[in-house]
Amino acid sequence: MDAISEMPLLEVERLQVEFDTRAGIVHGLRGVDLSIRRGETLALVGESGSGKSVTAQAVMGLIDVPGRIAGGDIRWKGQSLLKGDGPRRAKDIRGKEVALIFQDPMTSLNPLITIGAQIGEVLQRHLGMTKAQARIRVLELLEAVGIPAPPRRAAQYPHELSGGMRQRVMIAMAIACEPQLLIADEPTTALDVTIQAQVLELIAGLQETLKLSVILITHDLGVVAGLCQRVAVMYAGRIVETGLADDLFERPSHPYTQGLIRSTPRLDDRLERLVSIEGAPPSLLAPPRGCAFEPRCPIAEARCGTEPPLAIVHAGASAACWKPSQPAWRDVPASAEPAPVS
Amino acid sequence: MGLFILRRLFQGFLVVLGVTLVVFVATRMVGDPAQVMLPLSATAEQRAAFEHKFGLDRPMAEQFVDFIGDLATFDFGESMWQRRPAMDVIAGRLPNTLKLIAAGLGLAIVLALPLGALAAIRPGGFADRITVFLGLFGLSLPQFWLGLLLIMVFAVTFKVLPTSGYGGWTHFILPAVTLALPAAARLMMLVRSSVIDELNQQYVRTARAKGLRFPQVLFGHALRNALVPFITLAGWEFISALAGYTVVVETVFAWPGLGLTAMQAIKFSDLFLLQAIVFTVAIGIVLVNIVLDVIYKLIDPRIKLA
Repeated sequence: MDAISEMPLLEVERLQVEFDTRAGIVHGLRGVDLSIRRGETLALVGESGSGKSVTAQAVMGLIDVPGRIAGGDIRWKGQSLLKGDGPRRAKDIRGKEVALIFQDPMTSLNPLITIGAQIGEVLQRHLGMTKAQARIRVLELLEAVGIPAPPRRAAQYPHELSGGMRQRVMIAMAIACEPQLLIADEPTTALDVTIQAQVLELIAGLQETLKLSVILITHDLGVVAGLCQRVAVMYAGRIVETGLADDLFERPSHPYTQGLIRSTPRLDDRLERLVSIEGAPPSLLAPPRGCAFEPRCPIAEARCGTEPPLAIVHAGASAACWKPSQPAWRDVPASAEPAPVS
Repeated sequence: MGLFILRRLFQGFLVVLGVTLVVFVATRMVGDPAQVMLPLSATAEQRAAFEHKFGLDRPMAEQFVDFIGDLATFDFGESMWQRRPAMDVIAGRLPNTLKLIAAGLGLAIVLALPLGALAAIRPGGFADRITVFLGLFGLSLPQFWLGLLLIMVFAVTFKVLPTSGYGGWTHFILPAVTLALPAAARLMMLVRSSVIDELNQQYVRTARAKGLRFPQVLFGHALRNALVPFITLAGWEFISALAGYTVVVETVFAWPGLGLTAMQAIKFSDLFLLQAIVFTVAIGIVLVNIVLDVIYKLIDPRIKLA
């Protein structure tokens, strides 16, 4: 590999995001480190409120009052998007070189504008196309995301399309300017199970043909196993473990990851009931000083009262834990890879 | 669409008929034209002759049958006060009122849209506080008082504008502003709150994630989607102006429009003229509502006309 493809496309460094609320400051992100290279697929997993979506929104510049970026940096191809003239350059990068697909395609499209015009808008903004030029390119894009009869569909409004179709429209919009990075924020959560697989297949296909880097945000570990090379696990506003997908499922290091895998329902499982991790994530109004998982961790001890750094556990895997790779739950079998979907 | 308009016209026809019936009965119960129109010294014979001339001595049911018959030919009888057909009086006055409403409501809309959108960009921010203050101020202005105040300042003290009456464009300014300010305040507050709502919608996030510039997000997406409630209120403002506000404003500024004429018709117990005015206003309201429905459909493709 040459030097350019080795340089990370996107680097997130010690990123902190805070939200001012009536009850106080919510520490949404507490120092997130993340990087992704060209052509790489990364899964960002974790339960609701762990900061997955906030991370994506911070990258896309969508953190609004009452939220703010309180520290750290986001770099695109080595240049900061937050410092100096970064925010200005970011406006031309977002939507063009980095694109985001939202969770809910039902509300993510403007109900009063034809889908053709909504896709065309991106082309006019970033590529300087005229309306007429954009119209032609829109038809190609609709074709590319597998929407039948593009000329008819382009003239329709969002309410005339099914959920799956709308998510395809969102994807067409995202890839309109041939971005290098696609962030998909739970792209299938709002869809029927049968449609989910189709949409994931579409993203995987586009990833291959367009040589896209993809960050897939999900809480569905089954999706991760089939689609992503690398996984980052988030808990309470931090990344607690990263590693290669196959390896991470094979031998999870962090007790939280172990618990997450343990609580994933499996088709071949004979267990009578679903298992879960006892307790709830800590309040981010007053995040704990030490390891955020300590209150729920079955193998916690005294030193867990100080924050563990994200350290290398073995080749290609890091975890933020003082006692990595120790089985935290007795009933977890050594290999606990969830069944991939499809 | 054509069928829809036809059906709505038919419904409107029934509404107008109902309103006219109510007015027919009400006018005959509240005033005695003979008492008002004739001098105090008039004899009983003269009163009887007057009532006979206008058919007021006949049973009410008989009068109503006649009234409906004449209605078919837009004949509302003769204005007792002006001594000419009531419809002629209206034809002369209605355009003045429509011009006044167009100027006033136009001004209100031109003020409300940008100010409301500006305020919505940062709720609680500096621009928002200023506009909300002005909005509340405008909302609490009594129109007759505002009109008199404007006359005092601009016509009496500074003598830059005419006090009242109808003439060149300068005559439009004070009455139009008087009509516009409270309406602008109401419309602006609505634009503000609906744009705030729209800016929080998920599709606005999408528009921003696409990298669209803020003016495009605000005007191309949020404000555009806020237009449906806005059109509703703007239509209501038009109707209220036609059926109410212009009565006040035209009276204050001696504006020769329908509102002033209505005041005079009531004062003189001019039943036939009053009936004709109410009929005209009712038709106006029905037509405005049909136009509104069509505009809704044009803005929001999800709306089905039925």
